[in-house]
Amino acid sequence: MSIDGLIAQYKEILEDSPLNYAAQWKANHPGSKVIGCYPIFTPVELIHAAGMLPVGIIGGGNRLEIAHADSRFQSFICSIVKSTLELGLTGKLHFLDGIVFHSICDPARNLASVFKRNFPQMMVEYIHFPQNMTSRFTEDYLTAEYERLKGAYERLAGKTLTDDDLQRSIRLYNEQRRLLRELYRVRRETPQNLSTAESYVLTRVGTLIPVEEHIEVLKEALAGLRDRDEKPKDRVKVILEGSFCEQPPLELIEGLEAAGCYILDDDFLIGWRWFVEDIPVEGDPIRNLARAYIDQSVYSGVKHDSREPKAKHLIDKVRETGASAVVILAAKFCEPALFDYALYRRALEKLEKEGIPHLSLEFEEKMWIFDKARTEVETFVESMLFD
Amino acid sequence: MAKAAEAVKTSYQGQMHLLQKEIMGRYFERLTRAAEQGEGKAAYMLISGNPVELVLAFDMIPVYPEINALQLAVKKVSLPFIQKAEEIGYSMDNCAYVKADIGMFYSGRKTPFATIPLPSLILCNYVGCNVYLQWFEHLAEYANGEIYNLDIPFSRDPSGKPSQDDVRYVVKQLEELIGVCERITGKKFDYARLQRIVALSAETGELWSQIKALTKQVPSPFDAYFDSVTMMAPLYCLRGTEEGLKFFQTALKELEEKVQMKSGPLPEERFRFVIEGPPPWPYLRVFRDLFAKWGAVAVASTYSTVGGLWEFGFRHDPNRPLESIAEHMLQWNLTNRNFLQRYEQIRRYVEEWSADALVIHSVKSCRLFSAGQGDMREYFTKELGISTLLVESDIEDPRYFSEAQMKNRIDAFFESLEHKKMVREAAPTGEGR
Ligand code: SF4
Ligand code: SF4
Repeated sequence: MSIDGLIAQYKEILEDSPLNYAAQWKANHPGSKVIGCYPIFTPVELIHAAGMLPVGIIGGGNRLEIAHADSRFQSFICSIVKSTLELGLTGKLHFLDGIVFHSICDPARNLASVFKRNFPQMMVEYIHFPQNMTSRFTEDYLTAEYERLKGAYERLAGKTLTDDDLQRSIRLYNEQRRLLRELYRVRRETPQNLSTAESYVLTRVGTLIPVEEHIEVLKEALAGLRDRDEKPKDRVKVILEGSFCEQPPLELIEGLEAAGCYILDDDFLIGWRWFVEDIPVEGDPIRNLARAYIDQSVYSGVKHDSREPKAKHLIDKVRETGASAVVILAAKFCEPALFDYALYRRALEKLEKEGIPHLSLEFEEKMWIFDKARTEVETFVESMLFD
Repeated sequence: MAKAAEAVKTSYQGQMHLLQKEIMGRYFERLTRAAEQGEGKAAYMLISGNPVELVLAFDMIPVYPEINALQLAVKKVSLPFIQKAEEIGYSMDNCAYVKADIGMFYSGRKTPFATIPLPSLILCNYVGCNVYLQWFEHLAEYANGEIYNLDIPFSRDPSGKPSQDDVRYVVKQLEELIGVCERITGKKFDYARLQRIVALSAETGELWSQIKALTKQVPSPFDAYFDSVTMMAPLYCLRGTEEGLKFFQTALKELEEKVQMKSGPLPEERFRFVIEGPPPWPYLRVFRDLFAKWGAVAVASTYSTVGGLWEFGFRHDPNRPLESIAEHMLQWNLTNRNFLQRYEQIRRYVEEWSADALVIHSVKSCRLFSAGQGDMREYFTKELGISTLLVESDIEDPRYFSEAQMKNRIDAFFESLEHKKMVREAAPTGEGR
């Protein structure tokens, strides 16, 4: 298939109903089990090694009407918490055998409890990811936490996990993440050949299908990309940051690009591109996974690493990519992202003096705020291009 | 409508309130001396499941930005600080405790009650609240100070108990923290001293738990929300000291006398309620009066258990000081428990403290408390058939309090509760419930 066709095919699935696609997969594979993964991070290897399919439950998109969940979660709670509950309350998550949440923020944590009460047939797991990155004992703790989770999935799957099973899964996900890093490299170096909306589709589809298939999709896409040779347009090169949990509508991403940006890097779906390098395969696989979280995982608004200042990575990214502006795109009411912005802003104000400005925007899953965001970006881009 | 009372403004002002003012005054003077004369070293900490014992063992001064933030709100000076923080990049939608504190930090750390010292140690005891991590991460950058993230695994076992691995992890971190404190203060860790402090905490916990049991009486001798907050500051700032212990001895004695005299905080106790959620500090008085006018007394509150949950049996143990500090942080406080454990805690309160109703105060700032309280209401009304009122405002930001709306909601609720009560009392026994 041509690369255009490939992307169009998956885009349709995402726009249509991604969860139906996953539910259909389960229907076609009798006896299989599916575990929903709420953002941001999930040790998908543990689920995969148990022979189950990890599926990203990443909000309701911009077509879901919230009719029940808003009486459970208040107006000042982000969209994804409410839309995820709405999906559950309207029976759209029936195909899940389990769902896993983790310690990203207080609303998501309370949502895990609300799920437990409202959907007793589902195995609701909650991971506490450590936030002490300097202790000598953090690795032991997370190893134990992963062991606990492994036990839970063994019981659900009715199967004992061997080191071989786990190592095979780590190898596969290493390959998938390597290909994703490659995809992002192509976009960073030749943004005219791969739009952010396209790379988003290619990444997001990986949250719905088995990793083995996703690897093939990515290989095909990367091969197809080699044939693209577009002429760079006169656009502002930006780094986008802040959408690590709730995802903006695809149309908004397209809108940002159409307004005149090349987005060289972003933190969309960051939990599915979790590690900056391969996780070692040799040795105790559970311990390797734990160690990777502490030493090889991406930075994000929900990991607080006192080893270095929060904004350092963002600034490094700007420098490394040669971006000429930063766009902060945070979900409305997303506390971690909004707090991060205060620290980023301090650092970004220094960059501003070097002529690298930034723009801060908020989004919701629902579509109606688009125009405003697009106009703001257009004004921002114009001020940069015609200054 | 029955005797829906004229405004009742009485509230209980006993010796313990005076004593509280005095000892907290001394505490704040200590902060000012540390800030202005460099007397002593300050350790910033968070309220939830705080390990104050450890800090005291090194003679450090515990400074709680949350207490400072709430004092700003009570003294009605929080808004300019909140706005200051919003000017420098904080969002309308961020927790206003953080904003008030950071605004104050950027305004010279001067408040009407104390000058707040710079931290020698920024001890982020991450007990439940995820905002804590960012709050202290930011303070560490602004103050350019040393931070230790004391990571407390959240409750996730169906039993509600931490695993052995969790306890070990926390104890190991506490040992590391001891090393950090030794380096910062230049003092050698004294195990026997920590044991003595922990013993004082154990006694304090015992007294506090006895005090909390008194509100099972009819009438309740004090309001377990509005009067409990008076006792919470000494519980966090002075737990583990003789002075703190004396305060709780005085309080218990006084409150027991009130039980003897069958006297409560209001002229007449007509309704007993359990309240969930933090108070609206900027309008505490107004809020209290809205209940007082109905003769409604809070007999239990979840808010009074954020720093520690003693009424169900937990005591510190001087023979296992570090383990018991770890257990306090992991298991015996409200914030590190999951939402369903909170439902359970409230259910027990309603039953064992014989309450007529549940009031949920949903605050925008504190999502740890509020996120999902609509589900909680659903559970209590639909599953348990308990009359439940949900009202919204904020813990710190005065812009979110609408007195007229609040009054309407509370009046309508108690009117209907009164009606139900009348029907019940009129019905022959066993019916109408
Ligand atoms: S969008 Fe932000 S606030 Fe909402 S669940 Fe995700 S991390 Fe939490
Ligand atoms: S969210 Fe709640 S517990 Fe956390 S800092 Fe704010 S007021 Fe305190």
